[in-house]
Amino acid sequence: MHGLLGENGSGKSTLIKILAGFHAPDDGELEIAGQPVPLPLPPGLFREFGIGFVHQDLALILSLTVVENLRAGLITRARRRPFLSWRAEARRARATFARYGVRISPTAIVGELRPADRALLAIVRAIEDVRDEHEGPGMLVLDEPTVFLPRAEVEHLFALIREITATGGSVLFVSHELDEVRQITDRVTVLRDGRVAGTAVTADTDESRLVEMIIGRRLATYVVERRDRTDHARAASVRDLTGPGVLGVSFDVQQGEVVGLTGLAGSGFESVPYLLCGAWRAQEGRLVMDGRERDLTGLDPHRALNAGIALIPADRQRSGAVGSLSVTDNVTLPRLPAYRRAGVLRRGAMHRDTGGLMGRFDVRPGDPRAEYGGLSGGNQQKALLAKWLSSSPRLVLFHEPTQGVDVGARQQIYATMRAAAEAGACMLCASSDHGQLEQICDRVLVFGRGRITSELSGDDVTRERITERCYAAAVVPVPE
Amino acid sequence: MSTAGAPAPAPAPADRSQRRVRLADVAERAALPVAWIATIVAFSIAEPDTFPTTDNFFINIFGTQAVQVVLALALIPPLVAGEYDISVAANLTLAAMIVAVLNVDHGTSIGLAILVALAVGALIGAINGGLIVLLGIDSFIVTLGTSSIIAGVVLWLSESRTIGGISSDLVDAVIIDQFLGVPLAFWYALALAAVLFYVLEFTPIGRRLLFVGRGRSVARLSGLHVARLRWGAMIASGVIAAGAGVIYAGTTGSADPSSGLQFLLPAFSAAFLGATAIQPGRFNPFGAVAAVYFLATGITGLQQLGVDPFVQQLFYGGALVLAVALSQLVRRRRAIELTPTE
Repeated sequence: MHGLLGENGSGKSTLIKILAGFHAPDDGELEIAGQPVPLPLPPGLFREFGIGFVHQDLALILSLTVVENLRAGLITRARRRPFLSWRAEARRARATFARYGVRISPTAIVGELRPADRALLAIVRAIEDVRDEHEGPGMLVLDEPTVFLPRAEVEHLFALIREITATGGSVLFVSHELDEVRQITDRVTVLRDGRVAGTAVTADTDESRLVEMIIGRRLATYVVERRDRTDHARAASVRDLTGPGVLGVSFDVQQGEVVGLTGLAGSGFESVPYLLCGAWRAQEGRLVMDGRERDLTGLDPHRALNAGIALIPADRQRSGAVGSLSVTDNVTLPRLPAYRRAGVLRRGAMHRDTGGLMGRFDVRPGDPRAEYGGLSGGNQQKALLAKWLSSSPRLVLFHEPTQGVDVGARQQIYATMRAAAEAGACMLCASSDHGQLEQICDRVLVFGRGRITSELSGDDVTRERITERCYAAAVVPVPE
Repeated sequence: MSTAGAPAPAPAPADRSQRRVRLADVAERAALPVAWIATIVAFSIAEPDTFPTTDNFFINIFGTQAVQVVLALALIPPLVAGEYDISVAANLTLAAMIVAVLNVDHGTSIGLAILVALAVGALIGAINGGLIVLLGIDSFIVTLGTSSIIAGVVLWLSESRTIGGISSDLVDAVIIDQFLGVPLAFWYALALAAVLFYVLEFTPIGRRLLFVGRGRSVARLSGLHVARLRWGAMIASGVIAAGAGVIYAGTTGSADPSSGLQFLLPAFSAAFLGATAIQPGRFNPFGAVAAVYFLATGITGLQQLGVDPFVQQLFYGGALVLAVALSQLVRRRRAIELTPTE
């Protein structure tokens, strides 16, 4: 049982994708059971080498039954068997589950299973697929399978994983949760900036040593002038926010302040922007802004927009803008009525204004009639900033503001965000890029299991401290 | 507000390669109208005595196809919003039948009969939209279902008869009276296309509808009332389809319970084929108009050459498949051109 650790972007996913045959490596060698294997691996060939994968999303079809999901591999690979006997398959599934000590009904609909049972099913399926193709126990790659699981359920998963290693199989366990890794793995390898930072025997390595290996000893090269803004008028106060992923979260964002939200995957920080703009429905929560209290359970994006709340989502392609329409169409969408005169949209003025915004936000090339999808990632994001910041919103919500953005454009985006804050907006930035948070935030709120577990401000806002607190948040027991 | 970096450079002057792109663009936009003219020329050469005559051309093709044009236009609002409305043909049949039953059987004035027909069309659109938006059912399934229900209502309403003798006021106003030698029905259809074009291109509603169809999540997060817009598109479709029914009643002076259904497939063919022209990659009214006339010209010409009637079915069906294939190709080619270069 081998753990694979590392920060976001350290190269874990790339490594796994090379094994799965999604990516072709530039260089390097791979040996399986002492045999050199030619690279790149063709997609899907991993089965023949006895490697099975369970990805974070589990790749289950929720509307189908357990046995249909379990045998999906068999059906898609269509052996020379014209008919399937579902009764025989269900019997086999029952026997398989019994062998691993898993209690799942083969005829249940997967969507109705508990999350833990779904994860178990995905793992059992991966083991069985390996056994189908390969003599011997093989290797299983588990890519953060516990992210969406409640604490208590993780134990079931570990019991199954121990079962696998007991029968001679090996497991590569990718996770952010240090305590899980320490609990279950024999050895760990830590990746940092695409290199192996070290491999250690788990039992000989304590928590702080692991964190050190993950973060490394890097010096922060750039420091922003962080200010204590508590003497400003409170601009936006979130109270008792509860919804998908978050439990009773309260915090304030001062006017002119950039507040970062972070945590490990699944800690709930990513939900906050979507809950505060009404894209997702909150179960509970209030937002006090400009002396007005709003019930977040009744908020929708239209009302949020009228209240001066803007969201710049992480998923630019699907939620940010429509690539097949022009930059003008995308940028002016929230402000169309302003361009209506005598029932007609003044297209000339729309293009002119958009062209001006593109100049101000340095979107290149600066042609407002160009299709949005033709811009590079960085310019797409700058155009989105133009779309939302041009109407001077009061509260701006960012989620991963520089995802898929090249390094040069990042600095411009940071500068734009700071400038918008100076102009009087409250900025909230949910991000898993800790270096980015260090660069732009006045304060950082760290999430763990749906709650704020710590707050960093002033000189404490460093990449190292943020990462450390993120891992600490996952370890610190949270009162139920 | 922010001032990030230097001002953007002015758009680069059009160099030769850009000019070539622009020429290809114009060719793409004009392909369908040019194909239409080529068809006319080809049949005029093949059939110099019958094809290029005013009766055949301006009255037969321009006039009678107006129903088809209006029905194709009815599909545009839902298609732009990302919805299908299969019930337009049934809606057309019902509207024609309402006009006939009220005007002929009950002696209602033709104006009132038309208003009732349009109102019922709006009601059907509202029911379709409500089922789609409120219950979250796929528009294809909803309108397939309501289509069959409407067909049943038409049979019940008409007692399975063909009702003739609709007021000559309507017939005159649709197909007999002419402007510039073309029956008024054609001008109605053209006016409707112009209105739709205006709404889609030059009003906030049109822009919003486009976003609802292309990126529902983007539309929602930009504060648009997505549900209302989808609903509105279905109502517009219902009213326009009923309008097509009124024109159909005027064209034939009668209404029958089944013949309206033949307009469905050509309408879809035209809407999709039209999306490859004028404004390529976009469902657009004038593209649909051009497509209807291209298809109708082809079929009329073939029939006059003595080709069997079944060719019509092959032609419309083939055109639909071809149109969808073409628009996919256009989209894929554009997608390749637009691959971001970091």
